Formats: sequence, C-alpha cells, structure tokens
Amino acid sequence: MDLTLLMYLIPSLIMFGCGVYGFLTRKNMIAIMISLELMLNSIDINFVVFNRFLYPGQFEGMFFTLFAIAIAAAETALALAIIINVFRVAKKVDINEINKLKF
Amino acid sequence: MPLSLTIAVVAIPLLMFLFLGLAGVKMGRKLTGVLGVIGMGVTTVIAYGVALTYFFDPSYIVDGVRKAVIVWNPDWLSFTKDYVVRMGIAVDPIAAMMLVVITTISFFVHLYSLGYMSDHHGNPEKGFQRFYADLALFTFSMLGLVVATNLFQIFVFFEMVGVSSYLLIGFYYHSPAAIHASKKAFIVTRLADLFFLLGIMILGFYTKSFDFFNQNGLTGICDSMTAAQLAVGKAQGATFMGCSVMAWALTFIFIGGAGKSAMYPLHIWLPDAMEGPTPVSALIHAATMVVAGVFLVARLFPLYVIEQGAMEIICVVGAFTAFYAAAIACVQSDIKRALAFSTISQIAFMMTSLAVSSADGQLIEIHEGFGLGYMASMFHLFTHAMFKALLFLCAGAIIHAVHSNENCDMHGLHKYMPITSIAFLIGCLAIAGIPPFAGFWSKDEILVACYEKGLGWGLWMSAVAGMTAFYMFRIYFLIFHWKEHKVHTEHKPADQVWTMTLPLIVLAAISVVAGFVPMHDLVTWDGKELHTQLNWTVAGSSVAIACVGIALAFVMYYKENTIPAKMKSTFSGLWEAAYHRFYMDELYQFITHKVIFKAICAPIAWFDRKFIDGFMNMLADVTSQAAYGIRRLQSGSIQGYVYLYIMGALLIAVVSMVCVLM
Repeated sequence: MDLTLLMYLIPSLIMFGCGVYGFLTRKNMIAIMISLELMLNSIDINFVVFNRFLYPGQFEGMFFTLFAIAIAAAETALALAIIINVFRVAKKVDINEINKLKF
Repeated sequence: MPLSLTIAVVAIPLLMFLFLGLAGVKMGRKLTGVLGVIGMGVTTVIAYGVALTYFFDPSYIVDGVRKAVIVWNPDWLSFTKDYVVRMGIAVDPIAAMMLVVITTISFFVHLYSLGYMSDHHGNPEKGFQRFYADLALFTFSMLGLVVATNLFQIFVFFEMVGVSSYLLIGFYYHSPAAIHASKKAFIVTRLADLFFLLGIMILGFYTKSFDFFNQNGLTGICDSMTAAQLAVGKAQGATFMGCSVMAWALTFIFIGGAGKSAMYPLHIWLPDAMEGPTPVSALIHAATMVVAGVFLVARLFPLYVIEQGAMEIICVVGAFTAFYAAAIACVQSDIKRALAFSTISQIAFMMTSLAVSSADGQLIEIHEGFGLGYMASMFHLFTHAMFKALLFLCAGAIIHAVHSNENCDMHGLHKYMPITSIAFLIGCLAIAGIPPFAGFWSKDEILVACYEKGLGWGLWMSAVAGMTAFYMFRIYFLIFHWKEHKVHTEHKPADQVWTMTLPLIVLAAISVVAGFVPMHDLVTWDGKELHTQLNWTVAGSSVAIACVGIALAFVMYYKENTIPAKMKSTFSGLWEAAYHRFYMDELYQFITHKVIFKAICAPIAWFDRKFIDGFMNMLADVTSQAAYGIRRLQSGSIQGYVYLYIMGALLIAVVSMVCVLM
C-alpha cells in the first residue's frame, strides 16, 4: 500500500487539533507551551509532506522545516525563561492568575 | 567720510540691541544705560559725517542733480527673475536728512532717559536694560527704514518699528492702561499695514520692480520723473472700479503710511500711546516713527505726482486732520495728550504740503519752482522733529518733577523750573512760527505751497497755524504761569539732573537755528536746487495770525481768571465734544464691539463652535464611546485571545470557501 498525501495530513491535523484543545483548556503554562509545540510540529510535518508530494525535486519545504525547528527551540528556551521569571514573582504557573495585562 | 559707513550707522544700533538685550541683565542698570548712550553717540557722529559728506561733497552732484547712492544692495529673496527682493542701504537727500534727525533725537533721548528712568535718588528703575535694548532696536529699525532701497524693505522695517513701538509703549506692562495702549497702537497700525502690503503687491505686480533707484541697468520705480512715468506706463489701461490700478496701489500705500503717521481716521492710537515713558513719546511718537508715513509718500513722490487722484486724497485727509487734531489739542488737560494731538496736526501739515505739490491738477508741466511743497514738507519734518522732541522732553521733566500729567497739578512752575520753562517757551515759539525760530521758516514754505494750490487751501492751513499758536501757548501758560495753587509739600519741583537738562538746552538751541539750514539746496524731490525766497505777504500774515493766537492764549490763560470757565460753559457742547476727541474712540468702540463683534464675529464664532468644532467633537466622541464599549474584550486572559483568534480565522476560512464555491 502506497502512502498517500492524505495519510500524512490526517495525523498532522489530529496533532494540530490536540494542540489547539490543549492550548485552550490547560491551566498550567508548561502544558500550554507543550500544546504550542504540538501545533508547531504538525505544521512542520505539513511542510515536509507537501514538499515531498507536490514538488519532489525541490528542498525548500525541508529547509524551511529545519529553520522552523531551530527557531522553535530558541523560542521554547525563551518561553521557559519567561515562565520561570513569572514563577519567581507570582509563585505559581497558573494561566488564570496571570491576567494583569488588561484595560 | 565714505558713504559706506552708513552700514555702520545701521549696524551699531542692532549690535547694541543684541548686546544690551542679552548681556544687560548681567551688567547692572547704570552700565547698560551708559553703554547705550555711548553706542548711540558713536552712531550719531558717523551719521553726521555721512550726511555732511553726502550734502557737501560736490562729487555726488551729476549735471546739477544730487544722485542717490546705493551703498550696498544684495539680493535677499529671489522669487523669480523679475521679482527679486533686496535688502540694502541707499543714501539720497531725504535718507541723509532722516539719518541726522533720527540719530540726533535718539542720542538725546538715550541721554535723557538716564535721568528720566531713575527715581529722585538717581537709582535706575526696574527694566532699565530692557528699555535701552528696545530703544536701540527702535533706532535700528527706523534707520533701516530710511535707507531702504526698495518697498519690501520699507515694509519689513515698518513692521519692526511697529513692534519696537509696541514694546516701548507697553514698557510699564503692569499698568492696564499701558497694555491697552500698546495693543491699540499695534492693531491699528497693523490694520493700516495690511493695506500697505496690498499696495506693494499691486505695484510690484504691474511694475515688475520693488526698487526705488536705478542700478546695474535695472530701472527703479521712482528714481526720477522719467522712471516713474515708465513704471506707471506699465500699468497703462489696467483699471479697477473706474480708477487706474496704480491709483489704487498708491492710495493703499498711503493708508499704510497714514496708519503710522496717525492721519484721521487712523489717528486713534497716538494719544493713547502717551502711556509709554515720556522719552519714548519724544523719540517715537513725536519725532521719528510718526513721520514714517510722510517719508513713505515722499519716497514715492514721483509716482504720486503722476497719479493725481491719490494725491488729492492725501491732500484732503491731511488738511482735515490738521484742523481736527488742532481743535482737540485746544482743550486737552493732559499735557502729553495735548502734545500728541499737536503732533498729529503738524504731521498732517507735512502730508498736506507734500500733496499740494502737484498744484494745477493737470499733468504735468514740471514748472520752475515745482516741488516747493515737497521741500517744505521735508523741512518741516526736520524742524518739527527737533522742537517737538524738545517739547516732549520738557514735558517729561515736568512730569518727573510733579508726578502728574494733568496741567491742573502744574500751574506756576516758572519760578521753580526756569531752564525747562525757557526751553519750553522756545519750543512753543518755534511751533507757533515766530521768526527767527525754526518752525517759522518751514511752516512759511508750507503755507506758500498751499496758497499756490489755491486760496482756500492756504487760508485753511493759515487758520490751523493760528490754532497751533493758541493751543501751544495755552499749554505753556497753564503749566508755567496761571496761579500756583497746589502746595508742593514733599519736595519742591525743580530743574532736573544734568542728563535731563542738557538735551533740553541743546535741542532748544537747535530749534532756534534749524530754520537757517539751506534745505532748498539740499533736500528736493529731484535733487536739483530749488530757488525760493521768502514770500513776505504769506510770512507777514502767518506771523500776524500766530501773534493773534498767542495773544488770545495770553489773555485767557496767563493769569488765573474766569474766561476759560465762561467759554467752557458757553460752548459746552463743542468743548465736551472736543475734549472727548469728537467721540472718535467711542465710534471705533461702537463699530468694533457692536457692529463687527456682534453682527459678524459672533455668528461666525457660533458657526465655528457648533458646526466645525461640533463635527470634530462628534468624531472624537464616537471613537471614545466605541472604545469604551469594546474595552472589556481586552481581558488579560491569553486563552481568551487565542479562542477569539481561532474563531476569527475559522470564520474567514468559511467565508472565503463559500465565496470560492459560489
């Protein structure tokens, strides 16, 4: 059985959905960040797959994915640093408590 | 002395202004004043050198004509090739004469102010440095005005003398009267200057030139009669409302001059300007700035000669103003105001004299002896500046001694202030036209010029000259004689310190001899010598009329008596009207407040508030209300934002899919 485009996209979509659900429902900021990573990875899969199936002779999608992973790593480090700082000030990582930036 | 030193004459006062204005606060009051006097003294010496060189060095006379000399004339603003505004320095007969007048008066006023602006212990009062800086600014502006090479430069300096006059009238800025007076002076003259600017624009549009004098192959507009005819010829055929545009332009320019020279009906600011310190009144509102209008008309004289219509207007306005102001001066009780109306009247003499030059109404056989009025006007400008400054400075000395402007507080000062009294008497004799004092010679020439235009004009001006003698001696007798009834308890009034007395003595001496300056050789409209001789009929009759005026004043005011009171009750209506300046200020008040403010400004203000502001306020209100309404969306909850974002993204996706499918 050959693997078709759709067979890659459906798990990717499920991953993305899980990411969104996790982002909207979790209270813990670490968990929210994990959900964010999940969404990002599903997009990475899409890039690679589309490149593989639609433009087989080219590598732009691959390279782009590599970039995205690198940047995501940096961004994760940054986000963790922010969370640690928030924790030092607020003594908790509950997203509902961190809502001071408003009208 | 080379004429290029004229640049120094203009530059030194400017530098003094900057230096005294910036460093004066650090230097201390006395030093500032002394420096101001020294600076002005140097300027005066150089100006005399320049003027004497110009008048008596024969190399400036070409073919019997004294030519204007352009010392320096760089381009300032070049709009197009045709329209270039220059800023320069030119010396011609009237400019040279004005240099002498301005620097002389300004120097003596600088010196006099050392005493006047101090209290009785000789301590300079607050704002002394500001006073000297402003005086220097004024002197600079006035000098720049008279040496101007083009109309635009005159306009710029016109505004600058306006500003410095404003600053000096409002010198005592804590007094509401002074503030009102300075605002009034500035606004009235600005209104006139608006017309001046219009006139310059029209003139410049048609003649393609702002320059007065020929230079570098460029033709000035009034270098000579030929140049003026050429300039007017360029506007040939262009008319507006039945008059040629040149006549309009020149009339507008005259209105500008009338504002500065306080011609009826723009005279209302000058009496109020007497709120300023008295030396300022002497310098600005008697001798120099107020003749700027006369100077302007004299500068453009060849153009006015061609445009008879504008000249007629000047003539009528001048003759009426002379009479009107003299009538008011006869009843004023504030001596400075009486002198102010006298100034208005005398300047009107100069204006009329300029305007009667074009005698026969028909163009233009320039006959032998033409331009007598011009010469007489400039002559009177010169002598009047000297004796009117003298009179004002005397008034200042008196006011400084008795601390009041009202003549009822003065009576009988002759024995306390003999020097001031004699100086004032000389000034009065000069202005009344008694030979051999200065005013006689110049006023006589003016009357001759008026009789040349017509018997009516001559009689009218002679009558005004008689009134001049009357009101001046009325003031003199009321101040120095009458009956002393005030008890001077604090300290006896006396002649003031030497810085105040010396200018009086020198100016009195000048007032005696200034009539012998051979003005008809030096200052004429075309630069040629004018041959005049004393017209004994006119001279004799004018002296007789002046004597009648003096005699009348003597009878009424020398000793205390009841004639003035009787006259006042007999002609109470007339007296009241004249005392209230024929209600001109009330008329202005009515027109501005009741007509213009209520009928024009108020509806416009209402429209502005309700519609223009209303529309803008509505925009702001809608924005702020909308923002207030949606501000709860910014909840601070990140998950809420993401939820909305995803919903929005989905919505857009759905909508665009629907659009694509349909």
